[in-house]
Amino acid sequence: MTKLLEWLLGVSVVVTAWGLLTFDLLDLKVPQVYREVVWPMPVYLLVVFGCYSIATVGYRVATFNDCEEAAQELQAQIKEAKLDLKKKGLKF
Amino acid sequence: TGRQSAASRKSSSKRQANKDKYSVLLPTYNERENLPLIVWLLVKYFGESGYDYEIIVIDDGSPDGTLQVAQQLQGIYGAHRVLLRPREKKLGLGTAYIHGIKHATGNFIIIMDADLSHHPKFIPEFIQKQKEGGFDVVSGTRYSGNGGVYGWDLRRKLISRGANFLTQVLLRPGASDLTGSFRLYKKEVLEQLVDRCVSKGYVFQMEMIVRARQLGYSIGEVPISFVDRVYGESKLGGNEIVSFLKGLLTLFATT
Repeated sequence: MTKLLEWLLGVSVVVTAWGLLTFDLLDLKVPQVYREVVWPMPVYLLVVFGCYSIATVGYRVATFNDCEEAAQELQAQIKEAKLDLKKKGLKF
Repeated sequence: TGRQSAASRKSSSKRQANKDKYSVLLPTYNERENLPLIVWLLVKYFGESGYDYEIIVIDDGSPDGTLQVAQQLQGIYGAHRVLLRPREKKLGLGTAYIHGIKHATGNFIIIMDADLSHHPKFIPEFIQKQKEGGFDVVSGTRYSGNGGVYGWDLRRKLISRGANFLTQVLLRPGASDLTGSFRLYKKEVLEQLVDRCVSKGYVFQMEMIVRARQLGYSIGEVPISFVDRVYGESKLGGNEIVSFLKGLLTLFATT
């Protein structure tokens, strides 16, 4: 199954469950309290996911390692390499 | 013999028992300045590690004389270490890999960028990781452990992390860095994957990992530092972002 189909399946299951509970389609006589909680769930979950996404990406950008030492080491090795290659006869 | 010290007996038997050979594929286009440097670094770190290796330079008809520099390097380091397999003009990365694999005599293939953004010092770590876990693929990651990047501003980091987050959510690939191109593959694994992949550019590298997972191959990771020296000249533009999103959605819908 492709990821798209997995998502569509998952979304269908969630939407069906939500619809059944909110509109009492199976005539389960679910208590009003539960229906009032379930009814805004989709929007609530989207908002939660949105906040989670922003927080996660923000955290990851803030803690993205800056490799200063790697850049300096590379510069030093470039100089060393050029000298050594010239000695070995390389014409740049 | 009785004269050998214990240490040299141990290291020479390690080299004899270890029949692995590592073929480094370097597709190049206008890398006249960087090619000698990357080859020098590869020779240095492979030499120090004792592993058997070869470097295959796949130049796509560079107008700046990259091939001539490659020929000089072959003269310096030997035709058994620096192999030249050039092509007439700029063709895709996928075909460069196929072309390189055909001429590789190693049982492992290392792919990397030739512009010094990938540092050969990590190759012994890739090899070690592969041996530890028997991995089919070892991928260098900029996003986990002490991996990182040099030379990116806030905008670039934001785009990079945002794109990676989206990829993780949609594809759940089991690898932290999908667009990276510094990897070690078992040769037969790379052959299988390149055969199946149809995308281009960044998305090609993503597709390789996704297909590897589909086929049940094991993937190990090693944190790497990515030193971007060209970012100032070639900023990540709207076009690239759009084609990345198109490619991501295609993978989402087809894998």
